[in-house]
Amino acid sequence: MAQSNHTEQHTLIALVEDKPGVLTKVASMFRRRGFNIASLAVGKSEQPGLSRMTFVVNGDEHTVGQVVKQLDKLIEVLEVSDITSERLVARELALIKVTTNQMTRGEIIQIVNLFRANIIDVGSESMVIEITGEEDKINALHNLLAPFGIIEMLRTGLVAMVRGQANGLANGRDKKTGRANGIGRS
Amino acid sequence: MELTGAEIVCESLLKEGVDVVFGLPGGAVLPLYGALSSYPDIRHILVRHEQAAAMAADGYSRATGKVGVCVATSGPGATNMVTGIAAAMMDSVAMVAITGQVPRPAIGSDAFQETDVTGVTLPITKHNMLVMDVKDVAQSIHDAFHIARTGRPGPVLVDIPRDVLLGEKTEFVWPETTKLPGYRFPGKAPEAQVAAAAKLINKAQRPIIMSGHGVLISHAYRLMTELAEKAQIPVITTLLGLSAIRSDHELNLGMSGMHGMAYANLAIDEADLIIGLGMRFDDRVTGRLSAFAPNAKFIHVDIDASEVDKNVQTDVGLVGDLKAVLGQMLPKIEANVHIDWLRHIEELKVQHPSHLVRESDELLPQYVLQRLTEVTQGRGIVVTGVGMHQMWAAQHCRFTEPNTFITSGGLGTMGFEVPAALGAKVGRPDVTVWSVAGDGGFQMTMCDIATAVENHADVKFAILNNNSLGLVHQLQELFFEKDYVASEYSANPDFVKIAEAYGIRGIRVTQKDQVVDAVQQAMETAGPVIVDFIVKEDEGLYPFIPSGQSVKEMLEDPALIQSS
Repeated sequence: MAQSNHTEQHTLIALVEDKPGVLTKVASMFRRRGFNIASLAVGKSEQPGLSRMTFVVNGDEHTVGQVVKQLDKLIEVLEVSDITSERLVARELALIKVTTNQMTRGEIIQIVNLFRANIIDVGSESMVIEITGEEDKINALHNLLAPFGIIEMLRTGLVAMVRGQANGLANGRDKKTGRANGIGRS
Repeated sequence: MELTGAEIVCESLLKEGVDVVFGLPGGAVLPLYGALSSYPDIRHILVRHEQAAAMAADGYSRATGKVGVCVATSGPGATNMVTGIAAAMMDSVAMVAITGQVPRPAIGSDAFQETDVTGVTLPITKHNMLVMDVKDVAQSIHDAFHIARTGRPGPVLVDIPRDVLLGEKTEFVWPETTKLPGYRFPGKAPEAQVAAAAKLINKAQRPIIMSGHGVLISHAYRLMTELAEKAQIPVITTLLGLSAIRSDHELNLGMSGMHGMAYANLAIDEADLIIGLGMRFDDRVTGRLSAFAPNAKFIHVDIDASEVDKNVQTDVGLVGDLKAVLGQMLPKIEANVHIDWLRHIEELKVQHPSHLVRESDELLPQYVLQRLTEVTQGRGIVVTGVGMHQMWAAQHCRFTEPNTFITSGGLGTMGFEVPAALGAKVGRPDVTVWSVAGDGGFQMTMCDIATAVENHADVKFAILNNNSLGLVHQLQELFFEKDYVASEYSANPDFVKIAEAYGIRGIRVTQKDQVVDAVQQAMETAGPVIVDFIVKEDEGLYPFIPSGQSVKEMLEDPALIQSS
C-alpha cells in the first residue's frame, strides 16, 4: 500500500459544458473533498457550448489522481487530463498598478521593457502594467516592482495547453498515468 | 398535440416505465398533481411527510431494481426529502426526485416557499437540474432516468418551476437519445488488467471475496458465487451486500467490519488476497486502514473509477461493470480447493462463534431476529433502520434471494425502516416485508404507518424496544464513563395502542416463548401489524471494533466465548 506523499503542483485541464451551475459544481467538489486548488481559469473553448478550465492543484500523486477522477465524475465534465508531465505552454496574465513619480518612472519603464511587459495606463502618480507569462516570470516582476509600492494586483490564474499537434484532451485518458479515468462512452 | 409541462412530465414518466410515485403536494408542484389525475396508470402514494416519499422510493428501487420516483413541492417539501436523497446517494440507489419550484419570475426573490433546491442537493445527488423551459422537460426527465439507473446508480433531482409546469404548452416529443456529452460509464475492463487479477487469484493461498452492493446492482450475484465456488474462495459481504449470496452457502462468512462476524474479521487479518467486488472499503468495513488486511494484496472491481485507490491502494484495480468483468474473469480462473484456508476459517468460527445467540432467560433482541428469520425461512424482505437492531438483523437474519435486505448503510439514516419497507412492499406485493426497527428510529417516521394502511401495503412492523437509543447508550457506557445523557426514553408511547389508533393489529411480546407465535400471527393477519418486542434493555452489541481501531482491539460477547 505504498504511495507517494510528495506534494507538488499539478496542472489539470478540463472541457466542460457551458451551463449555469457548472462552476459551482466544480468548486463545490473541491471544497467538499478538501482538495487544495491554487488557481482556476475558465473561458470559452474551440467548441461552441463548451468551456475550457485550467486548474493548478497542490497535492501528492494519489490526491491529484482523485481530483481527476472526481472531476471526471461530474456529469457536465466531458474530458479531464493531468498534463503536468507533458510539454506545455502555460501562461498567466497579471495587471499590476504601481506607484510612480518623476523620479521612479524611468526605472520602472526599464524593468517593464526588460520583461517584455506592457504599460497600459499611465497617470501622474501611478501606472498599470500588463504582463503575460509563466508564474515565475510574474513573480519576478512583482518582486522588482514591490519596492516602488504596489497599489493593486490581479492575476488570472494559469491557462495551459499541450504543445504540438494533438489536443491535450483526448478520450478521457489521464495523460500522466495512461490509465483511462472514465472509460468508454455511454 | 400540445401539452403543458406537467402533462409532459407524466407522459415522460410513462415512457420511462414508471407506474408508482411517492409524494406529497403543495402549491408549486400542484400543476403536476392536476395532470396526474388524468394519468391513472401512474399510481400516486400520498405520504405523511416528504422524507417518507424519498425513503419509500429508495426501498421501492432496491426491492424491484427499478428507478424509485418521489415528488414534493418547493421549499420545505423539497428540503424534507433531503435526508432520503442523501441516503440514496450514499447507497447508490436509482432514484428520480421531482420537485416543484416557485415560478421563474420569482426565482431569486426569496419568494414564499422558495429554496435553492438544486443548490441544497448539489453534493447529495448524482446530478440535478433546474428546468427553465417547457421545451426541455421531456429531455430532462429522460436524462434524469438514464443517469439515475446507469453506471453507479444514484439520485437525480429535477426541479421544475410552477409556470414551466403550467404555462406555455409545447408539442410532446419523446427524445430518442440522451443529451449528456459528459456522461459515460464503463462496461468491460481492459483484458490485461483482468488477466493480472486472475493471476493474483490463481496464485493466492488465503483469498477472500468481499462482496458489496455493486454485486446486487449489477446482477452479478450468480457470477460472484460461481467465482467463489470454482476457486473455493470464502465470501464476506458488506452490510448492503448481505443478500447477494445465500446465508446458508458453505462459503459465506457473513458480514465483516465494525459489528461483523469475529471470524470474518480475523480471516481478513490473515488473508493474502482481498478481492473487493462492488464495494468501497468504507471505514466501517476496514477500521483503521493501516491495520486492515495487513498481509493482503488487493484487487478492487468497481464501476466508479473514483472508488478505486480511494481508500485502499490496489494491486489490481478494475474499472468496469461487475457482471461484465466477472464474465471476462471467470474463464481465466483455475479451479482450486484451498482446503487448509477453509479449514482454518472453520476453526476460527468455532473459537469465535459470533453467529450464535447466547442462552438467556431474558428476551434478547438477537433471539427475536433468530426466531423471526426461522419463521420466514429467510424468505421475503427485511428492511431495517439504523442502530443495534440493524446490526443484529445483519448478523442473525437469513437470506435466500438477492435484494431482500434493505438498510440505510452509508448515511445511517434512523427512521428509514418504516417508509423504505412501505416502498419495498408497494414494489413487491408478492412477498412478506418485515420492517425491523428500534424504538428510537420507529418514532422518527411512524406517522407513515398511516400511508401503509391507506395503500394496503401489508408491512409487518417489528420494534425491538429497549426504551433507549441503544447504540448511543453502549458508546456512552464504553467511551463516555457511563454518562447516559440523552439516550434513554422515559415516556415512550404504547406501540400496541399506536397500532390500534391506526386501525391495525398490535401485539406485545415480553417473553421468549411468545416470539414465534407473535411472528406467525403477524404474518397470518391481513394488513399491517405492529409487534412490539420488549427486549432486554442493556444488551450489548458484539462483536465491536471501536471506531478507528483494528481487529486486534475487537470486543466480543464474553458470555458467548465462555459458552463455546
